[in-house]
Amino acid sequence: MELTLAIAIGVLTGSGVWLVLRPRTYQLVIGLSLLSYAVNLFIFSMGRLRVGAAPVLDGASAANPADYADPLPQALVLTAIVIGFATTALLLVVLLVARGLTRNDHVDGRESS
Amino acid sequence: MEWTKHLLIVPILLPMITGAALLLIDELRHTLKALLSVASTVLLLLTAVALLRMADAAPDAGPALSTAYAVADWPAPFAIVLVLDRLSALMLALTAVLALASLVYSTARWHAAGPHFHTLLQFMLMGLGGAFLTGDLFNLFVFFEVTLAASYGLLLHGSGAFRVRAGLHYIAINLAASLLFLIGVSLIYGTAGTLNMADLAVRLPAVPAEDQTLLRAGIAILGTAFLVKAGMWPLCFWLPSAYMAAAAPVAAIFVVLTKVGTYVLLRLSLLLFGPATVDAGGFGGTVLLWGGMATIAFATFGVLASQAMGRLAGYSVLISSGTLLAAVGIGNSAVVSGALFYLVSSTLSVAAFFMLIELVERAREPAADVLAVTLEAYGGEADESEEHEDEEVGVAMPGALAVLGISFGCVAILLAGLPPLSGFIAKFSMLTGMLNPGGLGAQAAIPGHIWLLVALVILSGLAALIAMMRTGIRTFWAPLEVIIPRVLVVEVAPILALLALCMYLAVQGGAMLSYTNAAADALHAPSTYIQGVMGTGQPQGASR
Repeated sequence: MELTLAIAIGVLTGSGVWLVLRPRTYQLVIGLSLLSYAVNLFIFSMGRLRVGAAPVLDGASAANPADYADPLPQALVLTAIVIGFATTALLLVVLLVARGLTRNDHVDGRESS
Repeated sequence: MEWTKHLLIVPILLPMITGAALLLIDELRHTLKALLSVASTVLLLLTAVALLRMADAAPDAGPALSTAYAVADWPAPFAIVLVLDRLSALMLALTAVLALASLVYSTARWHAAGPHFHTLLQFMLMGLGGAFLTGDLFNLFVFFEVTLAASYGLLLHGSGAFRVRAGLHYIAINLAASLLFLIGVSLIYGTAGTLNMADLAVRLPAVPAEDQTLLRAGIAILGTAFLVKAGMWPLCFWLPSAYMAAAAPVAAIFVVLTKVGTYVLLRLSLLLFGPATVDAGGFGGTVLLWGGMATIAFATFGVLASQAMGRLAGYSVLISSGTLLAAVGIGNSAVVSGALFYLVSSTLSVAAFFMLIELVERAREPAADVLAVTLEAYGGEADESEEHEDEEVGVAMPGALAVLGISFGCVAILLAGLPPLSGFIAKFSMLTGMLNPGGLGAQAAIPGHIWLLVALVILSGLAALIAMMRTGIRTFWAPLEVIIPRVLVVEVAPILALLALCMYLAVQGGAMLSYTNAAADALHAPSTYIQGVMGTGQPQGASR
């Protein structure tokens, strides 16, 4: 599972960086989204990978922390996802405005000659 | 005295509530919105002043140099704390002053140029207040994003192709930097197991050796994210265009945004790797020092090469950033104290400059400009924003050109760091710290790179003076037909107030310097900060 996750993060990051460096605004958005997926997975993995462990203590019995998954990275990922959504939506609006104002989708607003 | 503790949450809650309430008011009722917004910001300023006094009131003897506020009363390492010390109180007060000035300025015309100006500004103040007060890294990220999200909207305020293009670059860069921020934060959590800054400082030495490299990598990535915001060369190319494109009051408040990055770097580098910790070498200090110097050099050329005044001001922001970063890199208490003074002085003067530019440019007829052609080629597009003039009502300023000229001269003196204004005292105290590493009177060898930094700081002042003189002559003396700009009192008053504050800082230099000295000393002895944070939870928890 570790290997799968590591490869997934690597592929997402690589594709994201490549797309961010492209000149089209659409590629920029997709690149940033892929990068943020990679970062979200990375944050998640920083809580160590566990299978079949609940993150929330049930409170009934004296709990052994080793039986539970770390809840904090999961909370962090949730926050990061929400913020990432909002900023991506904002970026999309700006892209559309830029597209309308400059009549092309180059990030500089004009084709590099 | 118990209720004063709750003042710490006010700089976050007050702008948030005001901003949300302003959303409910119809967009056409500009006056009402402006009144509410100004009233809230005045309250914020009063709170910031009260907090400043609270932070400064701590006696030299007592350890209570920093006050911590446990949000929702959870004990410290488990929940988010807000921490007030001299540094954060100073930054809060500076932010509130700038916000009030740019808000008053905007009421002349800019606040009506697009929807939700006041709401965005208030949300940005909320983010800034939170970023300065929080004692938790992830909470810092959240407040950073609040600030940035509001700043995206503010940068685009007024619209126009130039603004949208600069805004696109600004948003893309900042989103990428935020991702770096997240990677850094999660690496730190993964290795040290905490995100509370004070707790992190305690746990840092105990991290096992095999994880230390990973932890350092995390901190370095986090630092890179802040360096993007602070505008260190080579991460700063977005800054001049973005600041130039922003509307004048927005650019004025943006000046404090770069200082957030500097603030966090100052706080973290001294808290985690200060002289009192195990590795007193100062992790990353060399990078900051050389990077800061490169930034000063780059910005010096930029200032000299700028044709448009907006770009000149943008590069002045970079000079100020570079100087601060280099000072943080040295990490000497006396230098940091001078740097804090410089931070206040340069922020106020550059903000005044941004607001002044718009007024001065009204006095210029672009066609009559000898350099009109080059201006066109090198980014004079900011003139597109001039579509909004007309339909302004209000009291016009008598003797507008004289007032503008004098203000311009004051800004030039402040940016160059000449006496008698506060820019001189700031640079002087910084240079004194650099040239006397062992304290005044002690003979200590000064390394070569410090000499280089001293030379760069002085040369950057000279370059600023040359550029400002050239621009001033071209604007105020060269035109044969003088156009008297129509300038309103509400537009000039904030500029004059900011400049007067700089003058007051120069007069009260002693008091201000003793404050920044105390702040710098507290930063160099992070144990009080750590005690202030980690000690909060227990007594309250015990009383319940």
